[in-house]
Amino acid sequence: MAAPFDLNDDSVVVIIGTGAGGGVLANELAQKGVSVVALEAGGRHLPEDFINDEWESFGQLAWLDPRTTSGDWRVAKDFSGLPAWIVKSVGGTTQHWAGASLRFQEHEWKAATTYGNVQGASLLDWPIDAAEMDPWYTKAEDKLGVTRTGDRPGLPGNNNYKVFEAGAKALGYKEVHTGRMAINSDENRDRAMCQQTGFCFQGCKWGAKWSAGYVDIPQGEATGNLEVRSQAHVARILHDDTGKVTGVEYFDADGNLQMQKARVVCVAGNSFESPRLLLNSASSMFPDGLANSSGQVGRNYMRHMTGSVYAVFDKPVRFWRGTTMAGIIQDEARHDPSRGFVGGYELETLALGLPFMAAFLDPGAWGREFTSALDEYENMAGMWIVGEDMPQETNRVTLNHDVKDQYGLPVANVHFDDHPNDIAMRNHAYKQGAAVYDAVGATRTFPTPPYPSTHNLGTNRMSENARDGVVNKWGQTHDIANLFISDGSQFTTGAAENPTLTIVALAIRQADHLASELSKGNI
Amino acid sequence: MTQTTGPKGLSRRQLLSRATAAGASFVVGTGFMAAKDAAWAMETSALKPETFATLVQMARDIYPHDKVGDEYYVVAVKGYDTPEAAGGIEAGIAALNAAAQGKGHASYLDAAWERDRVDILRGMEDSAFFQQIRGGLVTGLYNQKAVWPIFGYEGSSFEFGGYIDRGFNDINWL
Ligand SMILES: Cc1cc2nc3c(=O)[nH]c(=O)nc-3n(C[C@H](O)[C@H](O)[C@H](O)COP(=O)(O)OP(=O)(O)OC[C@H]3O[C@@H](n4cnc5c(N)ncnc54)[C@H](O)[C@@H]3O)c2cc1C
Ligand code: SF4
Repeated sequence: MAAPFDLNDDSVVVIIGTGAGGGVLANELAQKGVSVVALEAGGRHLPEDFINDEWESFGQLAWLDPRTTSGDWRVAKDFSGLPAWIVKSVGGTTQHWAGASLRFQEHEWKAATTYGNVQGASLLDWPIDAAEMDPWYTKAEDKLGVTRTGDRPGLPGNNNYKVFEAGAKALGYKEVHTGRMAINSDENRDRAMCQQTGFCFQGCKWGAKWSAGYVDIPQGEATGNLEVRSQAHVARILHDDTGKVTGVEYFDADGNLQMQKARVVCVAGNSFESPRLLLNSASSMFPDGLANSSGQVGRNYMRHMTGSVYAVFDKPVRFWRGTTMAGIIQDEARHDPSRGFVGGYELETLALGLPFMAAFLDPGAWGREFTSALDEYENMAGMWIVGEDMPQETNRVTLNHDVKDQYGLPVANVHFDDHPNDIAMRNHAYKQGAAVYDAVGATRTFPTPPYPSTHNLGTNRMSENARDGVVNKWGQTHDIANLFISDGSQFTTGAAENPTLTIVALAIRQADHLASELSKGNI
Repeated sequence: MTQTTGPKGLSRRQLLSRATAAGASFVVGTGFMAAKDAAWAMETSALKPETFATLVQMARDIYPHDKVGDEYYVVAVKGYDTPEAAGGIEAGIAALNAAAQGKGHASYLDAAWERDRVDILRGMEDSAFFQQIRGGLVTGLYNQKAVWPIFGYEGSSFEFGGYIDRGFNDINWL
């Protein structure tokens, strides 16, 4: 049967969320002839709709339903109702993302083995490794059109990059380039070439940057096998007496509750909403929530060790011009405990417009120390730090029954405490980042605290043994054979690299596995 | 003050205030920007004129930019000049003046040096009133499009074809 599908059609695969994980899975399954209904809480926003204005774009695309926070992380104080900067739209957070697309390093698949016992950390090896993932990474790089992979040239460096590169070279860093970016660097592809508009975080109006929203979703729909229902917020996953999932309940665009039957359900709502949905689906058979016999649903929340370093120079940089994040130093990504921490970090160029710089440079700060920095906005350069953070059982998403969303459902509370390893790594990175800029004559540098989390990982983690996590190496829940997790919440550990290429590679791999199991009648 | 309604009926004011740390946050329209004449802009409808003048000074002392004219600070706090907001603002400014008197000044505005006014503000920076004003300014001041050029920020670039031919890599001093 061709899309659209009937609510009672129990042969379809239902995918919840259409971001990096869900959007890619939907397209890949549709390409293989599988019938898919994708339910997306957000609306449809295409390149022509995007807005070159930070706050307006944020209002258009960001996830603003209520959430609460706790823990010692500074975000809980500065942005207590906004633990994450993620998107509610067809295409999910790939609408806002910058496009940095890096593979994990080989040892990062085996963090527990490589790092040994780290007190307070719930490290675990992934049940898959670099060799297993290599072909899937290649497919993901081809899909996203990642620069400096395949035959794709790198992007040209913008002003922010040139400062960053000169400083990095002066310091002796070797692995410095304009990044592996899911942004088109030449004319001869199916997407437009990057025009250096500098609003990558606001959705690329040229479509030069890959987004599931305007690349994978339309491709899937063109097969006739994919139906995307936007403004469809899934409230609960349903199951039968045998413990198999049978469908989902969702609120449609008019706020009416609907029920869609399903043969398989794949959850891809990002790392807060995915565990929240499993927990909100508790029943008399599964009183602690679906797929939660291990008690691991919602635990081991990771957000990457992040921070930024901004610097002021005595001459103009105009760092907002051009790609937001096309620049990287990889020398510190290695695992080298002699630095005082396990794991590593990447340094990546980053620019914010004046409105976001005012909000994020030093949240809560005021007075001349703060404003004299903004006075030099034109002379600023900036970089973002992204490193591996330690999974901790107590960093977790739970239901906050005291706060309800617009549908009356308990919201996610996000608890996060920094691990001492995260703090040691951040301090090291602040020093190195400042040194990069000092090497080219910075007059002032700023160790800027983490923003609301853009990378959200690990709350339904992948594990060899059912007792240690929520899903197996295919993203299939250990407890329920026809329930899958397809987003960043599967991550066993976070590695130093931006996560999306890995989310996409896992989704392509999962689609392959799922289609084959479906055709064999195993699910 | 513009109150464009966002998706699902959330006003922009609601979304911005959810996004900024604390307190109310006003999205400022360009309507006031015609009012280069500070005297016009200082006219109030709900607040006492001296309260509003003190509020404007307070705004400048929180985020002092010597190259940014008063009219932008006026616009940034003009949204408080409403019957709903006035009570809280009058009370807050009264507390500010009381704090100034506690430090030997006749009023907040009477403290002539910025360092004296900042000292008064430091003493009340954890108060809900201070945080409301400061939080609101983050967007009220820096999200005024008319302020951006003063800082060199160029804003939207799509309509000009991006920076590919307009200096994305024009740095010449390295
Ligand atoms: C500003 C910014 C820059 C970034 N830059 C990079 C980068 O350079 N490189 C990189 O690797 N990563 C980057 N990221 C992170 C990247 O975007 C995310 O890691 C990735 O998109 C996560 O994929 P996901 O599938 O887990 O979730 P998402 O892409 O967030 O998709 C989840 C979707 O599920 C929907 N949803 C949630 N709950 C429900 C429900 N109950 N019912 C229906 N739908 C639901 C949401 O609306 C959303 O559309 C960036 C993120 C941001 C915000
Ligand atoms: S800089 Fe390039 S990728 Fe980023 S928004 Fe502009 S055109 Fe798109």
